[in-house]
Amino acid sequence: MPDTTSIMLVGVGGQGTVLVSSVLSKGLVAAGRDVKMSEIHGMSQRGGSVSTQVRYGDVVHSPIVGKGGADVLVSFESMEALRWLEYVRPGGKVIVNDYQIPSAPILIGQRDYPTDVIGILTSKVDTTAIRAFDIASELGNPLAMNLVLFGALVEATGLTDIDWESVISSTVKKTTVALNLAAYRAGRRALVDGEGLALKEHMR
Amino acid sequence: MIRLMTGNEAVAQGAYEAGVCFAAAYPGTPSTEILENLAKFKADVIAEWAPNEKVTLESVIGASIAGVRALAAMKMVGVNVAADPLFSVAYTGVNGGVVLVSADDPGLHSSQNEQDNRHYATFAKIPMLEPSDSQESKDMVKAAFEISETFDMPVLFRMTTRVCHSKSLVTLGKRKGTPRRLCPKDLSKYNLVPALARRQRPRLEAKLKKLAEYSETCEFNRIEWNSPKIGIITSGISYQYAREVFGDSASYLKLGFTHPLPKEKIRAFAAKVETLYVIEELEPFLEDQIRQLGIACIGKDRLSNMYEFNPAIVAKSLLGIESPVISYDPATLPPRPPVFCAGCPHRGFFYELGKKARRRNLMISGDIGCYALGYNYPLEALDLCVCMGAGPSMAHGAQKIFSKFGDDRRVVATIGDSTFFHTGIPSLIDAVYNKSNAIICILDNRTTAMTGQQDNPGSGFTLQGEPTKIIDIEAVVRALGVDHVRVVNPRDLLGVRRALTWAFELDEPSVIITKYPCTLAKHVSEEHDESRAMTVLEAGCIGCRLCLNVGCPALSFDRGSKKAQIDANICDGCGVCSYTCKSAAMVLGELADA
Repeated sequence: MPDTTSIMLVGVGGQGTVLVSSVLSKGLVAAGRDVKMSEIHGMSQRGGSVSTQVRYGDVVHSPIVGKGGADVLVSFESMEALRWLEYVRPGGKVIVNDYQIPSAPILIGQRDYPTDVIGILTSKVDTTAIRAFDIASELGNPLAMNLVLFGALVEATGLTDIDWESVISSTVKKTTVALNLAAYRAGRRALVDGEGLALKEHMR
Repeated sequence: MIRLMTGNEAVAQGAYEAGVCFAAAYPGTPSTEILENLAKFKADVIAEWAPNEKVTLESVIGASIAGVRALAAMKMVGVNVAADPLFSVAYTGVNGGVVLVSADDPGLHSSQNEQDNRHYATFAKIPMLEPSDSQESKDMVKAAFEISETFDMPVLFRMTTRVCHSKSLVTLGKRKGTPRRLCPKDLSKYNLVPALARRQRPRLEAKLKKLAEYSETCEFNRIEWNSPKIGIITSGISYQYAREVFGDSASYLKLGFTHPLPKEKIRAFAAKVETLYVIEELEPFLEDQIRQLGIACIGKDRLSNMYEFNPAIVAKSLLGIESPVISYDPATLPPRPPVFCAGCPHRGFFYELGKKARRRNLMISGDIGCYALGYNYPLEALDLCVCMGAGPSMAHGAQKIFSKFGDDRRVVATIGDSTFFHTGIPSLIDAVYNKSNAIICILDNRTTAMTGQQDNPGSGFTLQGEPTKIIDIEAVVRALGVDHVRVVNPRDLLGVRRALTWAFELDEPSVIITKYPCTLAKHVSEEHDESRAMTVLEAGCIGCRLCLNVGCPALSFDRGSKKAQIDANICDGCGVCSYTCKSAAMVLGELADA
């Protein structure tokens, strides 16, 4: 359906992609959109690669897109953006967390973490890199990096007319509302201020 | 009220609204959340984890006979376990409505095969419904109870991963109070001794005829007319993919009640369209039956019978249209396989077993659960994984043959606690009764871990949170006649090693129980405590990399400093790595500070 927007959220099990997709879906429903969201459970909890899709529009049929179908890819980990890149349509956008989680073959020294991930992404697609881990750490807890990325996603998709702060407040644990709101705001600022663009030089 | 729900949540809601009074399941992806959500309606619904799927369905049949609406939920391979009562309850019929949810897993996201359980409907001769989204999941499960009671049949409710685990909008309704039906004194209808079963046989055929008539008028088998150039017959999630690809350029016969099929409706639809596509994931279930009606169609000649679809696959297969993609080959990336969590009690056990396997001629017969990850590098301590409960029984069969032919190969079975209760007990009985010296290791992590830490008969709590008896695995094993039993802490690698060495010397079946709770279950309510993490003493580490052989996600090797390093954000402090360190450089963080 031409009026449907497809967002793909990918990362590593335990990074909080599901929380972000549920905040996103709730806000879109409150704004009167038809929404479908699909996630894969199972082995993902044990540090495997995870993906969630959220699609919204007037009427959404399929909960998922195939290769070349996503308008926006949000990757919570650098290398995972490359793993799922084929799912982004040419002309789409990638928001990538400039943050590496080495997978098992890398940890045991069998393989190397790929070099210049963000450079490769930038050469192929409209890419915004966000240092969400650092930003969330500065706010007091690196686990809030998922809401930093969500803030960036809100700016990238132009979904700024939805009252996300109240959606976040009613979704996350009560004790973490302040932290998550701060992370969300920082993520939006990071995108607006163009902080992401300078990051190519700062690859860790 | 409108809410965004997964298909599984919607099934639970629909069953609740339909007045279901009893529900049972054995956890299995992608079905698990159905019972977890039904369990929340404590005041109205008895919701239980059964030890396996056969018991699940049998308890549901019992509840139905006693007069209430009852639901059984399981993943598709679970229906194989429940097949025995399933085929027979088709003969007996029901009292309160019976719905059996089969959650299929096209694409094998978390399953050992890709079977298409729609064939159970034709095989067991029972009606079947297939929802396409969450609203339909709710509406159809309510209809399924009506159909079950109207036609006196259990209903197969067939879902797939993308319906179970996708969220879409659902309008909530109120619970319909369904009074308990009379449970008659004469229960011969439910007695399938041959003389009585023979009488039920023609009744079953008569019911199927009536169901075939119902299928023609059933609201879930609907035609959406657009252009007559292309006609599409489809069901389940494939309907959504078809709509996405063809939009309003095609007409649809959208089938929700898929056994028995509405043959006249299919004929009438096919006669009015120029080209007929049949779009369905997995086997040509609809297509074969449509072709039997003498209707030509395009289906599995272009669409694969393997793995799950998406709109791009349907467009490419049927229209030859390929979406442009950004070229990057993900196969060049280091893979990211799932691994045992940091602190997982299975790690130490598989590390020691893997060491034995490299020194001795071993076969390791695994089972279904997290511990199947013991197969992965660097642990590499698992050879076989076939189905629930097969670990000990395959081990027994193999060990008998190795022994008979003088082959010195020994067989070790690994099975989890929940799997042991599921079907592992008869497997162990086999080894005892038929006398092999298989070494059976029960990895008791006090929970059903893989599916998300559900309670089980060994955990001390029911699904609805009531304290209950803890079935003592060691006592069960001894009562079955195993004379050689050892219980070890799997984080104590020396203890594990000694137990394995002890078992290898025995000529009779032996059982090693490794007992330690799942690290995820333990931390559900706890914050991560970095002070409990292990640390590497830089001066001590000689860069030998032996510790990396435990395959822990918290442990890595720094190529710059040529030292092992531990990520305190992840490390659980289990200490398994310290057993591998020849220079005693891995210590608990607090000791390093002292």
